[in-house]
Amino acid sequence: MTHETILLHGHIIDSLLLPKVLDRILQYGGSFEIASIRIGKTREEPSDARIIVHADSPERLAEIIAAVQAHGAAVEKEADCQWQEALADGVFPDDFYVTTHLPTEVRVHGKWVPVEGIEMDLGIRLDRNDLVPHTVPMADVRKGDRIIVGHEGVRVTPLERPAHLDVFGFMGAQVSSERPHGYLIAGIARRMQALRKSEAKILLAGGPAIIHGGGREPLAWLIEAGYIHVLFCGNALAAHDMEAHLYGTSLGLHLEGGSLAHHGHEHHLRTINRIRAIGSIEEAVRQGVITTGIMAACVRRGVKIVMAGTIRDDGPLPGVITDSVQAQAAMRAALPGVELALLVASTLHAVATGNLLPASVPTVCVDVNPAVPTKLADRGSLQAIGLVMDAASFLRELARHLGWKE
Amino acid sequence: MSCLLVCPPDHYQIAYEINPWMDVKKGADLTVARVQWTAMMAVLEKNCGATLERIEPVAGLPDMVFTANAGILAGRTVVLSQFRYPERRPEEAPFERWFQEHGYQVKRLPTGLYFEGAGDMLGVRDVWFGGYLQRSDIRAYRYVGEFLGREILPLELVDPRFYHLDTCFCMLSGGEVVWYPGAFDRYGQAAIMDRIPAAKRIAVPEEEAVRFACNEVCIGKHVVIPEGNPSTMERLEKLGYATHAVGLSEFIKSGGAAKCLTLALD
Repeated sequence: MTHETILLHGHIIDSLLLPKVLDRILQYGGSFEIASIRIGKTREEPSDARIIVHADSPERLAEIIAAVQAHGAAVEKEADCQWQEALADGVFPDDFYVTTHLPTEVRVHGKWVPVEGIEMDLGIRLDRNDLVPHTVPMADVRKGDRIIVGHEGVRVTPLERPAHLDVFGFMGAQVSSERPHGYLIAGIARRMQALRKSEAKILLAGGPAIIHGGGREPLAWLIEAGYIHVLFCGNALAAHDMEAHLYGTSLGLHLEGGSLAHHGHEHHLRTINRIRAIGSIEEAVRQGVITTGIMAACVRRGVKIVMAGTIRDDGPLPGVITDSVQAQAAMRAALPGVELALLVASTLHAVATGNLLPASVPTVCVDVNPAVPTKLADRGSLQAIGLVMDAASFLRELARHLGWKE
Repeated sequence: MSCLLVCPPDHYQIAYEINPWMDVKKGADLTVARVQWTAMMAVLEKNCGATLERIEPVAGLPDMVFTANAGILAGRTVVLSQFRYPERRPEEAPFERWFQEHGYQVKRLPTGLYFEGAGDMLGVRDVWFGGYLQRSDIRAYRYVGEFLGREILPLELVDPRFYHLDTCFCMLSGGEVVWYPGAFDRYGQAAIMDRIPAAKRIAVPEEEAVRFACNEVCIGKHVVIPEGNPSTMERLEKLGYATHAVGLSEFIKSGGAAKCLTLALD
């Protein structure tokens, strides 16, 4: 599909010029979207319409444009994007273009070029030879970088509704705690099976409630079975996962039975200390110190792990990135190839991951707090499923659909 | 008091072919044309009470006689025509001079935009229509509308025989419309029918449309109409207009008749 924006100005309503132009577009095999329309307040005042014409080929589009030009439609003047050099490291020029998470193109030397690394709330940097526009976070800007400013020569393509309507397509971006979860989870499982076959990556961002609630086993199974390829988490998920292996507890509570272990509150600190002594989680798994659970499964399966720290972390574990800008960059670097994101029981990691993902990547957000899936759904992706439910129940049911047996 | 700009047919002839009516080989009889023109002017002055302003004809500009195409006026402002065919473009200069000498403020459209004046733009009071596609460019109406502060509804002309709006459409002083619907597409027809109530629409049959029944001059309750259009005249009489049939055969050979030979100055 290709498109062009046309403008219609004048007494286009009462003369039926607007319907005539729209009919012509359809007669010539195109389709249209009315981007905006302003109707004159008085008889003398002209009206304006801005119409996006779509056609299946550039030739057909040219035919349509020629046919409607005779009736006064003008092709919207397109201009190249404007850029300015950054005056200092880490600082955008004033009026820098702020990205959305939607597919974006910029016009360079008369050609529309897709922007790489789509992510919301960044700037766009032009390569020195103006060939490859790429998003750039504020912190990564270097003095002299060419940064796109203003809105001219930048266009954003709204997401089309997915062609195959599985649960993702049907759901839109609604969140409800009052919907049956079973068929949604079955749909998510089917999508994961298809993605595993196609070798696309599935990301899971999770919080420690997965361990406390009993989701450790099914998640470890999903990882071992090859359904998870990237793990985003913090210090806590990893620490309690390994605590469970070493002590059978999570935050000092027995996972089986639920009673408080003697000096149980020390368990996660002793776990962290042990791993620090060994040097890394990978080494702990290699040495056979940690053999079960999520982290062990990740290490065995070569899952990319990004652990981002917070100020309340104990330790932290080796491998936890304590500089949040560096953590953001590491998460960003792990995203290419991800085609499904499961954001489970972690407000901070879920929102951070949501912000980093282009709108084209479907997301599943699971949390007992409806505010979290709602926040994610508000991103405006057409493929966002929000489930208000317990993380462990979700992981168990999902794993069962994919073949896990308790 | 109605004032019209006219141009004596001293240099009138069929020197080129820019519409389906013109035939250089057949030509037009200049003597007959002079008689027909003079007779029509007499009807306008004596029967209809019009005042006539005569512009000096220019040799080599045979179609200058069709003054309706010089431009369009509102008060003391004139938007000058820009002819589509190069054959008629030299008429722009003498008309511009005349308007300037007579104290009109002359407005020019951007170059490359075609607009053929009162030949393509007709209306009364606050209802105005503009014909486009064959001669005038639809974009011109945007500027004309702004210059004159008028709403102009563009109408596509779909029949090459009716290449100017005034060949298939006329608005009378009482707001009635005399028109040949076949010269418009369904959008144009709908736009006209939406603005003009059925009781005020006189649809002309094709056999009278090709005798230029719509190319008439309305001055108050008088209508000057080319001869050979009895049914249109009857409808006009019923609406209370006094009709005056005039022979204009030599001008019809160029694709013009009564209306084309005049330009309303007020």
